[in-house]
Amino acid sequence: MTATAADERVAGVGPLRRLLIRPELGAVVGLVVVFAFFASQSAVFRSPDGIANWLDPAATLGIMAVAIALLMIGGEFDLSAGVLTGTTGLILVTLATRYGVNVWLAMLAGLVVALAIGYANGLIVTRTKLPSFIVTLGTFLMLQGVNLGVTKALTGTVQVSGLRRASGFESARVLFAGTIEIGGTSFRVAILWWILVTAVATWVLMRSRPGNWIFAVGGDEQAARAVGVPAARTKIALFMTTAFAAWLVGSILALRYTSVQANIGIGQEFIYIIAAVIGGCLLTGGYGSAIGASIGAVIFGMADKGIVFLGWDADWFKFFLGAMLLLATLANRLVRRYAEEVKR
Amino acid sequence: MIIETRGIGKTFGSVLALRDVSMGVEQGSVTCVLGDNGAGKSTLIKILSGVHQHDAGSFLVNGAEVRFGSPREALDRGIATVYQDLAMIPLMSVWRNFFLGSEPRKGLAFDVATARRVAREELRAMGIDIRDVDQPVGTLSGGERQSVAIARAVYFGARVLILDEPTSALGVKQAGVVLRYLARARDQGLGVVFITHNPHHAYPVGDRFVLLNRGTSLGEYAKADITREQLTSLMAGGAELEELAHELERE
Repeated sequence: MTATAADERVAGVGPLRRLLIRPELGAVVGLVVVFAFFASQSAVFRSPDGIANWLDPAATLGIMAVAIALLMIGGEFDLSAGVLTGTTGLILVTLATRYGVNVWLAMLAGLVVALAIGYANGLIVTRTKLPSFIVTLGTFLMLQGVNLGVTKALTGTVQVSGLRRASGFESARVLFAGTIEIGGTSFRVAILWWILVTAVATWVLMRSRPGNWIFAVGGDEQAARAVGVPAARTKIALFMTTAFAAWLVGSILALRYTSVQANIGIGQEFIYIIAAVIGGCLLTGGYGSAIGASIGAVIFGMADKGIVFLGWDADWFKFFLGAMLLLATLANRLVRRYAEEVKR
Repeated sequence: MIIETRGIGKTFGSVLALRDVSMGVEQGSVTCVLGDNGAGKSTLIKILSGVHQHDAGSFLVNGAEVRFGSPREALDRGIATVYQDLAMIPLMSVWRNFFLGSEPRKGLAFDVATARRVAREELRAMGIDIRDVDQPVGTLSGGERQSVAIARAVYFGARVLILDEPTSALGVKQAGVVLRYLARARDQGLGVVFITHNPHHAYPVGDRFVLLNRGTSLGEYAKADITREQLTSLMAGGAELEELAHELERE
């Protein structure tokens, strides 16, 4: 019956098309092009020290981009993620330096606050069905105000510092902000955290039940609900994951610099989203990859440092950002269209 | 009777979406729910599938009164619904869709290998030939999508299968394919609720027919009590149709 009817309409799916359907493809091409460009211009860029140098911003950006990618695949945005890295850092440094709290306990407090904010974001979005763009824009502005207001009220300035003298600092620094030697080059330990986050996120997405639910709630929430997917719980968990990532990055940066500016993280939220989009995430949800977001972050790390290595004005970075975003979105669209042409 | 409604009703604010509808579904038989647009078909099946709760009459599963709080509860009682528009998630692969919400596990992980294999086998067993279970559902035709959804419901041990207009967006041939799978599900002992506005699709597979009009029931008929012509004219509001024919006739 259908067997014969179907067979004659099927063209073979070649390995090329299988490769092209991967969401990361655009990012991989971008990675190769950007690396080739900077590496050919600058010897420092391609040296081990140079690589360690540009992998560092890629790592902290990558941790956030991966979390945001999961959230975007689940069909939501989080504009408060950037400022939340500041909030958690401020909590850590303020508690440890002003109230003599052990660094580890202060980090725990930051984690609790971050998860609560993520939970609140998720709860408001799932309960009210308001666009997460608006809800988290609200959280973003509120956190921005709190960060500045509280810091000013406590210190009279716009930064808190002096974490180095707090108890427990050294052990926390080694784990979150230390360096490791590989072949005579010291790499930031944040790179390991980033690889770990990417690996876990990829596993969850591709090889776990919640991963299937994330794709489903982003692809079509109603359809997912109708087959019994706990859509609201999945989304709330995604917001909390993003908040967790913000806490991790906030803590890493606070421990590294031992001080935190009250306005840190503002504007970063869009860079996370751009990295996720370059990595193949659809703005409309339901499609994307964690590895792709990580590759997107590497592209930014390269451009961020590469422009400096070439001795160009750092302002060009913004131009590069915009151009990459536009190119990536166009490439993704073309690739997906080619790969998913309806076979009639 | 696996499921039965007695004088069931539902209001949305001041709108009486459904009034006093009684129907039943038996094992291994097909109950067709027929009605024009706005007749209350969707409201009825949304109550049966746990999306809405009825606010009048009673809803019985295996003779016991129930009220489902969510689609999950209906699924747990063996009532599976295949929706016309939201049956599948287009960007996800066939096997991911097949197991969505009921993924097989291996330890903590989603057992991907089993999911792929079982999806392929089950589809083949239903006579659905999908070349590649890795392809996104969006690339399947409408009939194939409905068929996959039916196979999924059968595999997950549904005892009642509710099909929401599975044939209405399809061409003649594709609709025939879907009707064949519907019959196959019936032969496997499932009770099938087939919602449609096309009496020509309903009559050949149906065992009993519930006619809805403007939110209320025009009656429930066994196949022996009604001919295809009677069904069609009841469905279209026979008198209205004759009037229209007169109106359109040339002098």
